[in-house]
Amino acid sequence: MEKVKVGIIGTGNVGTDLLIKVLRSSVLTCGIFTGVDRESEGIRLAESMGVATSCESIRAIESSPDLCDIVFDATSAAFHLQHAPVLERMRKYTIDLTPSHVGRMCIPAINMAECLEESNVNLISCGGQAAVPIAYAIMKTHPETEYIEVVSSMSSRSAGPGTRANIDEFTHINKEAIMAFTSVPKAKSIFILNPAEPPVDMNNTIYAKIDKADIDNLTNNIMAMAKKIKSYVPGYYVALGPVFENGRVTTMIKVIGSGDFLPKYAGNLDVISCAAVKVAEEYARRKIRKE
Amino acid sequence: MDKLLFFDSTLRDGSHAVAHKISANTIREYCRVAYNSGLYTIIVGHGNGLGASSLQVGISDEPDQDMITTARSELKESKLGAFLLPGFGTITDDLGPALDNGVDLVCIGCHCTEADITRQHIQYVRKREKEAYGVLMMYHMATPQRLLEEALKMQDYGAHGVILMDSAGSSLPDMVSERVKKLADNLDIHVGFHAHNNLGLAIANSYTAIKSGATIIDGTIRGFGAGAGNCQLEVLAGLLSKLEIETSLDLYKLMDMSEGIVSKLTSQGISSISLTSGLAGVFSGFAPHVKKAAIRFGVDPRDIFMELGRRKMVAGQEDFIVDVALELANKKARDQDLSF
Repeated sequence: MEKVKVGIIGTGNVGTDLLIKVLRSSVLTCGIFTGVDRESEGIRLAESMGVATSCESIRAIESSPDLCDIVFDATSAAFHLQHAPVLERMRKYTIDLTPSHVGRMCIPAINMAECLEESNVNLISCGGQAAVPIAYAIMKTHPETEYIEVVSSMSSRSAGPGTRANIDEFTHINKEAIMAFTSVPKAKSIFILNPAEPPVDMNNTIYAKIDKADIDNLTNNIMAMAKKIKSYVPGYYVALGPVFENGRVTTMIKVIGSGDFLPKYAGNLDVISCAAVKVAEEYARRKIRKE
Repeated sequence: MDKLLFFDSTLRDGSHAVAHKISANTIREYCRVAYNSGLYTIIVGHGNGLGASSLQVGISDEPDQDMITTARSELKESKLGAFLLPGFGTITDDLGPALDNGVDLVCIGCHCTEADITRQHIQYVRKREKEAYGVLMMYHMATPQRLLEEALKMQDYGAHGVILMDSAGSSLPDMVSERVKKLADNLDIHVGFHAHNNLGLAIANSYTAIKSGATIIDGTIRGFGAGAGNCQLEVLAGLLSKLEIETSLDLYKLMDMSEGIVSKLTSQGISSISLTSGLAGVFSGFAPHVKKAAIRFGVDPRDIFMELGRRKMVAGQEDFIVDVALELANKKARDQDLSF
């Protein structure tokens, strides 16, 4: 079967995890894996698997546009601001995994169809991919919800330099994403890194302020949403709740990674790279059908 | 010894002790009384810093920016400080507005192994030409070498100092001296210490930090703060004065803040009477009698204690309390007559 070529910019944790998932896909293949660090573990791994690599970052794609139709940007928000206009000009379908806030915010379980019409979509953050759909399900059940808060915690080992350099943007864009997708009047996002050994699993707690909660309905809608996400993020599950106490509904989500690049504790890596690959695959299928 | 800077976290760490319910009135009154106390900065806000009012940690009674503007309108001498944990507050929603509202100094904190998440915020504060300090929280969980590596990152980002925070109050003096010395010997910027009193060592550990090269002590009046409370600043000030270590602090002023304001918010801490009794070297059991005599004769109980100490009274000599109180009252009357 014909495959669509992707380019991956950024050879850190996220980029390398994406690469492994792309190589497993039935509709995607990797045309170029490009970053800036020739010595990175990701580049070495890619070379060992026979993937074309470069340390010229986006320039590798600019000089050879035929290398790919889809581009994943797994660098940082500041770099994506530079990359976005270049990729737009080259008409590459761009899936941005940085918190740059350039393209339309995308959560496959919520707005996949609209996102395929865009030229640049933004994957928000790992916490956003994990928690915003639950916030969305809560808001669908209780549109009167006054406030939603998300606390995402993950192991220090799973947060690479790009994530750390953008902690402020991640915290901010998560809040923006909760509000944009759910229309809740007020929201907050909290990020916690925990250096414990062995590393902790990725965890997301979603609090919602609701006066009178219809817990049966909430449970049904949250479980349905979780099932939808699990179809593209295998390790995604509801670990607790929803439980209602004192005007507050608490739901806890855990994401166990597939252990592709980093071990299974790094579910935060999986939840965003699985979402990105899901979007790319949908785009590729459509492209193959059209051709 | 370099000049010591005292960071007052009463209106920030104390927030933990009262479920983040410190009123604007308390902040106003506190900042007013703190005038000329010699504190380098008074830090206000939610216990977990800017943007941390949440269901996860606790909702503040007062919005962050209201606390800041209230303190701003009263603070004349000490700098107005704020605290921020990256991952809780953000530059757009919290830090930027705080600086716009007149914050002079910001402590940017993180878990002690994660200093690289403070880069954006330290650099932002520096770009706005305000003072930035890095805070390594739960410092007992990392080795001295690791703490140094993290502190060097903060120095590199532009921090004016790095404060080791004993968030769990679990360190012993040897740990304090080893880690503070490691930083003081290898950093070009201030090294600070923020103690908690869970093992009853907040004062001892703060004093140890000073002896080991710390030039910032971060504490609270009355020890008002999370868990067993903090390094009680007025007690430390008393200890330093007894040791004849010169500081900027006005001991009586700090005691006034303790008795007049903070004692109404908490049962934590050592009362100013007990502190004075300790400084004067007077039998602790004198306290209730001294308080009664002070009221009866209209004199300051602290002056009674200090005079009893000067006279070297021993246990069992409670009769001299009245004698001293009467003498102080007569002296006060004479001084008033002379002033007319």
